[in-house]
Amino acid sequence: MNARSRLNHNGASSTFPAPRLPRCPTGIHGLDEITGGGLPRGRPTLVCGGAGCGKTLFAAEFLVRGAAQFGEPGVFMSFEETDAELTSNVASLGFDLAGLVRRKKIVLDHVYLERSEIQETGEYDLEGLFVRLNHAIDSVGARRVVLDTVEALFAGLPNEAILRAELRRLFRWLKDKGVTGVITAERGREQLTRHGLEEYVSDCVILLDHRVHDQIATRHLRVVKYRGALHGTNEFPFLIGEDGLSVLPITSLGLNHKVSSARISTGIPRLDAMLGGRGFFRGSSILLTGTPGTGKTSVASCFAQGAARRGDRVLFFSFEESPNQIIRNMRSIGLRLEPLVQRGCLRFHAARPTLCGLEMHLATMFREIAAFRPSVVIVDPITSLLTAGTDYETKGMVTRLIDFLKAGQVTSLFTSLTHGGHALQQSEIAMSSLMDSWMLVQDFEGNGERNRVLYVLKARGMAHSNQVREFLISNRGIDLVDAYIGPSGVLTGASRVAQAAREKAEALAGQQEAARRKRELEHKRGTLEQRIAGLRSDYETEELDLRRLDEQAGTRTRVLTAERTELARLRQADAHRIAAHVPAQPKPRGPR
Amino acid sequence: MRTGTLERLAARSPRRLAGTTPASSARRRPDRLWRLRLYVAGQTPRSLTAFANLTKICENHLKGRYDIEVIDLLEQPQLSQGDQILAIPTLVRKLPQPMRKIIGDLSDTGRVLVGLDLRAAK
Repeated sequence: MNARSRLNHNGASSTFPAPRLPRCPTGIHGLDEITGGGLPRGRPTLVCGGAGCGKTLFAAEFLVRGAAQFGEPGVFMSFEETDAELTSNVASLGFDLAGLVRRKKIVLDHVYLERSEIQETGEYDLEGLFVRLNHAIDSVGARRVVLDTVEALFAGLPNEAILRAELRRLFRWLKDKGVTGVITAERGREQLTRHGLEEYVSDCVILLDHRVHDQIATRHLRVVKYRGALHGTNEFPFLIGEDGLSVLPITSLGLNHKVSSARISTGIPRLDAMLGGRGFFRGSSILLTGTPGTGKTSVASCFAQGAARRGDRVLFFSFEESPNQIIRNMRSIGLRLEPLVQRGCLRFHAARPTLCGLEMHLATMFREIAAFRPSVVIVDPITSLLTAGTDYETKGMVTRLIDFLKAGQVTSLFTSLTHGGHALQQSEIAMSSLMDSWMLVQDFEGNGERNRVLYVLKARGMAHSNQVREFLISNRGIDLVDAYIGPSGVLTGASRVAQAAREKAEALAGQQEAARRKRELEHKRGTLEQRIAGLRSDYETEELDLRRLDEQAGTRTRVLTAERTELARLRQADAHRIAAHVPAQPKPRGPR
Repeated sequence: MRTGTLERLAARSPRRLAGTTPASSARRRPDRLWRLRLYVAGQTPRSLTAFANLTKICENHLKGRYDIEVIDLLEQPQLSQGDQILAIPTLVRKLPQPMRKIIGDLSDTGRVLVGLDLRAAK
């Protein structure tokens, strides 16, 4: 399926209702979406802009596409370029103007005015221009007309009053003729056009602009006015590529992408495990941020290799390294990318970020994506493009890219280079909100070494690990291991190994200590038990003595009692009283 | 007036070929044939005025050595491209070289003479 057509369909259907005015499709990528179908049919449209902003190409593309794609022949009346110049200029965009002229689809008419050759002697009108245009229109049955740049007449003809009246008549005449017109005009200082043509052409006005910001030029297009129709009023970047103009609608505003719950492996088993066990969602966007040298490209390449081996088509945009360099470098960590490139599963596209403006990059990427139709796209790193535009523009570009990719159900991984320090996460917030998953690779420095750790900061829609993992790059690829997390903090690398050894030693020492103490205690217990045995025998001896004493005392009491009873009997005392009295007098001998 | 009147007018206008009078001045070369072409679009009053003005000027200044061709663009629209005609009426001096163009109904005789290079500009 063609990703571009899907995007277009998406944007058009979600944003604009069915057009009420009949439209004339321009065939220019993106413009028909913004205007809800094209330029107003049967009416003139004013295209204005400064020098070199692409007015003539806009007009030429409108005409060529009309003739070649929509079966509407056209007339190109040029007041500036000759037919030959025009033909060769637009040939660079792949338009075969000469062929269309030969096949009677397009008429080129170069109107040439040299003021020094002209002497004005009384009243005149521009009927000659009308006759010419009419003749040209009739000769091919034209439905489209371009006048480029009609303002040249102001330089060529001395009488402005006549000219204005005639131009008004001309636009009226074009409308009556029922042709869809594109009239280009130079941008004026205080008004849209230098000579106020917008007064006469008021159905649709499109403004083109070419601005330079930080030495990088970006083209913008804005539909200033579109009578009787809804239209996108924003400024849309556009570019002139190898196949003509492309206007890039910022985003499909509806946010109505299809979503998939299918998963795609990251190529690193432990990372899959961190992401709910099964890796990323298909069609999601992933941000991988990290400071320099943390292995972002390696993670990206791992993902690329894994996906390509499973039969996904992977497109790798590299803005830092050349494809061969990536292939060589990745070989050192055990990734074999070359066979995948040869099989056509993996494609690299490398460009310097400063090569061209942001929009050009974006368009190139769109074109590559449309041509290769990948299911995985890697951009390494997206931050390089920051040098090609402002933050705002970059964000806009990333938004559009992500929307484009999401609309095509393409899984995208963006690496992002951050600089050390606390701004690490802040600088990415603008971008991270666009991303579904965000992983952070970070350096830990300590003990004279740097170690890499990896976190999953967020992963929308899945239960992901909140743990930090140490991230190891070896010649067998990438592996994640548990970092040491203990009282002395998170330890990685050699210190993690050292800590593990230390713990092992400590454990061993602890065991030995315990054994020693056990022995000691047992010894102590033995001693105690001996003492207990001694005490017990003492106790038993004393108890024996005590019992003997008791027996002796009992015997003596009985003897005494018997003696007393005998004495009482002898004295004839009351037996009862004596018997009761006996226990109350335990020491009967005391007072005696 | 009907179509073709101008042509008929043109046909009646004097046509003299060069060479009938010997050259008297190498610089001005008054003997040379003046070939003039008047573009019009239909029989408008302005066209007729222009034609009348043109014949008058030619009779006064170029008697016997001019040739006027009237082209009606409504009949031959394809001819408008060759001489880059926009304004109507336009008078084109094809000969002598260089080519000159005079637009308007030729009512300002002084400017016509300047335009045709018959009189130096003030």
